Amino acid sequence: MQATDVTSAAQPIAAPRQTLRNQEIRTRWLIGRGLIYAALVAMSIVYFLPMWWMVITSVKTLKETFSFPPTFFPRTFSMEGYAHAWEYMDWPQHFLNTMTIVVGTLVGILLTSTLCAYGFARLRFPGRNTVFVIMLASMMLPSQVTIIPTYILFRELRWLDSFKPLIVPAWFGGGAFNIFLIRQFFTSVPIDLEDAARIDGSSRLGIWWRIMLPLSKPALTAVTVFVIQGQWNDFFGPLIYLNSKSKLTLALALNTFQTIAGSAAANVAYQDISLYTALMAAATVVTMPMVILFISAQRYFVQGIQMTGIKG
Amino acid sequence: MAVAQARAKRQITKTERDEWIAGWLFISPVVLGLLIWTLLPTVASLILSFTDYRVLRPPVWLGFDNYVAMFTRQQDFRIALRVTFTFVAIQLPIGLMVALGGAMLLNTGVKGMTVFRTFFYLPSVVPAVATALVWGWILNLNYGLVNQFVNALGFPRINFFGNPKTALPTLAVMTWFSVGQTMIIYLAGLLNIPPSLYEAAEIDGAGRFRKFLNITLPMLSPTLFYTVVMGLILSFQYFTQAFILTAGGPMKATYFYNLMIYNEAFSNLKMGYAAALAWFLLLMILAMTLTVFRSSAAWVYYESEARS
Repeated sequence: MQATDVTSAAQPIAAPRQTLRNQEIRTRWLIGRGLIYAALVAMSIVYFLPMWWMVITSVKTLKETFSFPPTFFPRTFSMEGYAHAWEYMDWPQHFLNTMTIVVGTLVGILLTSTLCAYGFARLRFPGRNTVFVIMLASMMLPSQVTIIPTYILFRELRWLDSFKPLIVPAWFGGGAFNIFLIRQFFTSVPIDLEDAARIDGSSRLGIWWRIMLPLSKPALTAVTVFVIQGQWNDFFGPLIYLNSKSKLTLALALNTFQTIAGSAAANVAYQDISLYTALMAAATVVTMPMVILFISAQRYFVQGIQMTGIKG
Repeated sequence: MAVAQARAKRQITKTERDEWIAGWLFISPVVLGLLIWTLLPTVASLILSFTDYRVLRPPVWLGFDNYVAMFTRQQDFRIALRVTFTFVAIQLPIGLMVALGGAMLLNTGVKGMTVFRTFFYLPSVVPAVATALVWGWILNLNYGLVNQFVNALGFPRINFFGNPKTALPTLAVMTWFSVGQTMIIYLAGLLNIPPSLYEAAEIDGAGRFRKFLNITLPMLSPTLFYTVVMGLILSFQYFTQAFILTAGGPMKATYFYNLMIYNEAFSNLKMGYAAALAWFLLLMILAMTLTVFRSSAAWVYYESEARS
């Protein structure tokens, strides 16, 4: 009773000043928010512009491509760039090559990295931590150090100009990054489930296959999208191992198309300027699957990066 | 002693031994992988680095000559070192700052955060070859988007990739667009900072800048540390964009260390010398990583340390 009296007595005096102060805080807050949104929008535009320019150029007519002022929304749609690009390279073949490598590595990585991750996460044996630390340290090794002997090995095996050098190594644990990511996830799976299965007579392989794998879909999806993206975009590996035109991956084919189109250096105008729209058309076709993959699986990208980034 | 050992041995039960065997079997793919694809090639490349090996003929032992040649006879080596260090010095700190800035903008609780995040991350999913082609087109001397505006404003056109002065900075600026991964790592780190810390600081009258300096940076320092180390390692391996856009030119202004290794190994087929270059790169990266690790005691703050 007394308490309400005190507040009601104090309020009439404090109120006007309070609202004035509140208003000031509110205006400052609004200005702050406005600036944050402005910065976010500005940065989004800058980061989106290169991709937009690629797509827009690919559907312009040649005339519009070289007109000034440049148009950010094409006045006329044209598919001539795509038609042009189609003639120069055997894109379905290159797509097939890329997919062979993507699927070949993906299966190997998913199978072997989960086996290793299970061993690291759930089994106790001497030497486990040592191997784990060596594995993590191997992530810091620059690939240039191993590439030359590995190349010589594949040459001796007569595996050059085949997909084997790109696929076979993926079947050996699938990379420290993926094992680490899946192990982190496995350790969060409740151990009771495993104990229950053990009592029912399940073997360790059975537990791995019937309990750990189905429960780890988020982690496995994250690994899957990273592998697809990594293999699709890989340039250096295919560059040194693949030679013949029929073996080129999409990324390599795009580069070959670009050298066909003219000088790589942008200071030299392409000999055939009509290839600018074709070049952007090809780049768009190679890029779009990754954009769609990212947008549809964004959650897994983010979770995967966070899982490895923070605890690493 | 022997008795104690025997007793210890007897204490290893059958189930324990089973688990040991199962454990090694489970991790056997990665153990084999580390041996075949990491350990052996690393040792092999160290041995090769002391030889003259041109693929078609068996290697000839040279001793330290490849390493001596690097520092005395090969001018490219010094050029590549300068180019690479300059590049890392421009690209890495600002790239990390851009990522941190983006993450902090996303961490302000704005509506539509995931949409903005998508835009910030998009350039990171574009294949490197496509990125190179798009930038080559945007920065093209005669018809590029940027130069059309530069020209319209009455300035002379900028020969971005053709001028030795601008080629390297241009490549560095391009990398600032592909910092999506780092940004998401920072964002996760920022979300992990307990809001109570900021509230306490506000009660003490701390402004925005003080909060950033005394809370955000220390709490984020383990994440920063991780990204600095990984960023250093990765930026020394920069290759694709330069390979496609400049091929090391003009006048070797963008002759990156990695381009040099590629050229010596796969164009000149000087595998021994290239292995020596690769090993020297490994030593440089090790030295720098160790320096960062050493320095980390001074600037990386671990919560668990403070508590104990």
